[in-house]
Amino acid sequence: MSRIEAEVGKPQGGLLKWIDDRFPLTATLEYHVTKYYAAKNFNWWFVFGVLAMVVLVIQLVTGIFLTMNYKPAAAEAFASVEYIMRDVEWGWLIRYMHSTGASFFFIVVYLHMFRAMLYGSYKKPRELIWLIGMMIFFVLMAEGFAGYLLPWGQMSYWGAQVIISLFGAIPWVGDALVEIIRGDYSISDITLNRFFALHVIVLPLTLIGLVFVHIVALHEVGSNNPDGIEIKKNKGPDGVPLDGVPFHPHHTSKDLVGIIVFLMIFSGVVFFAPDMGGMFLEHANFDPANMKATPEHIAPVWYYTPYYAILRAVPDKLWGFILFALAVVLPVFLPWLDRSRVRSIRYRGWIYKSALTIFVITFISLGWLGLQPATGTYVVLARIFSVLYFAFFLLMPYYTAIDKTKPVPDRVVYHG
Amino acid sequence: MTEDDLDRNRRHFLTVATVVTGVVGAGLAAVPFIASLKPSARAQALGAPVEVPLSSIQPGEMVRVLWRGKLVFVLRRTKDMLKRLPLVDDELRDPNSDIPQQPEYAANETRSIKPEWLVVEGSCTHLGCAPLQDFDVRPAEGWEGGFFCPCHGSKFDLAGRVFKGVPAPTNLRVPPYRFVRDDLILIGQDTGVA
Repeated sequence: MSRIEAEVGKPQGGLLKWIDDRFPLTATLEYHVTKYYAAKNFNWWFVFGVLAMVVLVIQLVTGIFLTMNYKPAAAEAFASVEYIMRDVEWGWLIRYMHSTGASFFFIVVYLHMFRAMLYGSYKKPRELIWLIGMMIFFVLMAEGFAGYLLPWGQMSYWGAQVIISLFGAIPWVGDALVEIIRGDYSISDITLNRFFALHVIVLPLTLIGLVFVHIVALHEVGSNNPDGIEIKKNKGPDGVPLDGVPFHPHHTSKDLVGIIVFLMIFSGVVFFAPDMGGMFLEHANFDPANMKATPEHIAPVWYYTPYYAILRAVPDKLWGFILFALAVVLPVFLPWLDRSRVRSIRYRGWIYKSALTIFVITFISLGWLGLQPATGTYVVLARIFSVLYFAFFLLMPYYTAIDKTKPVPDRVVYHG
Repeated sequence: MTEDDLDRNRRHFLTVATVVTGVVGAGLAAVPFIASLKPSARAQALGAPVEVPLSSIQPGEMVRVLWRGKLVFVLRRTKDMLKRLPLVDDELRDPNSDIPQQPEYAANETRSIKPEWLVVEGSCTHLGCAPLQDFDVRPAEGWEGGFFCPCHGSKFDLAGRVFKGVPAPTNLRVPPYRFVRDDLILIGQDTGVA
């Protein structure tokens, strides 16, 4: 011990204390991780939030590296993607990770949303978490759409043409709006340039902000669980929920296993089926954009096809747009459409269980129909499923109110 | 100084005054940013009219040109094609071109200045795909020749008039154009000496 330390005393607590006196590091970690109590009966449905964050990081990192070689100009974009695929060391891997990541983002987010529907995670007091989550979903859709234009392939060009033209269906302001979106009289170099700005700055920044707020709101009210029970109602003398365990190490250790399994599947796709038979990367997009010819068969990427099928099912331009927009927006209102007294599917009656089952079949069928040509039987089927899609939401206040529910236990059901 | 010493009225006035000024200022400051999203001077310049020489186009043949980055079809219709136009009138949504999808001078039976020459934008009025040409007459199907959109199945006749029962709401748009000479048209401009 030096003479000075002997006189003034050794600083207590070291570096961590020095930081904690200036920044709430330990307090923040405790609040969000080590003393954040989540129910001990989580099942695997509760892993998708963490997985969505993993995919977000994959997209951010691979995206940054792609921008270092990509050229957002109509004359160069397509060639620069080929350049990344062929000449940049490991460029193919980075690009396939990014394109596969886009599809996995939607897989994970759709499952994450379905979890909320299974266990009523959107119900009071978690309505705001659900609303922020829906905003994340909308930004994600815009992000995927903007990103899809960047390779400047045939599907990039004509897909953007169709979707941007949709806004032209809005009465009065439609045409002016379309011109502002494109910045030109047709989709051009200018459009590509601004979609690049949206894709790499505006939307990701918004996305990160919304994800942050999503988690802050979640940690304020606490996570839901498969029983849909409020664990904060049963607290021990120390103020800790009796059915809760600290997020770290109990849930983190389990989530890490989920992340590893996820990365194994993800890698399998990246290495062995990056185009997923035309589902993740559409074949028409291997041709550069040609303003003079539309591909014979045009369909959006799979994650938009349920809504696209609804759009095509309507034989009118304006109503097609309205129902398409409504289909995307309707889930926002779930917290208020659902009148059931219980949250979890475990204690709901047969009506909601049937409705949710039909909804899953409907959503997947619409997704498949959106990939098929809009002719004959396909259109008829798309119309039937469109009606079922809207019925699920619009009739919900009625059927959830009359559905017979089972009594909900006080404590979570937990088997070892 | 305690809370009670504060002159709340003055603070309230300051808050309202600065918020109002700030909102007006922010509104005005937003103008250049939003205006910058509109087509730039260069985009407008590139949208200049294009000349299309007609002499090399044979009867029944169609060329595709780009004007303002938009696809424009220039079709030289045969006498037979013109003769068949009225046959489908009943099946069309807007056979007389009442909806202003064309300049005044093209609001006629053939939707053109000279019957022989059809000039229409090759952009489906539904969601903007480029319709395919399908000029073969197939009496069995009642098809007299026209355009077919591969995206959502809209159909148009050889004057770009839309059929009933398809998603496209209106006829194909006729761009402004004029004949500079008998064998040269200018697409994108219709004023000046014809």
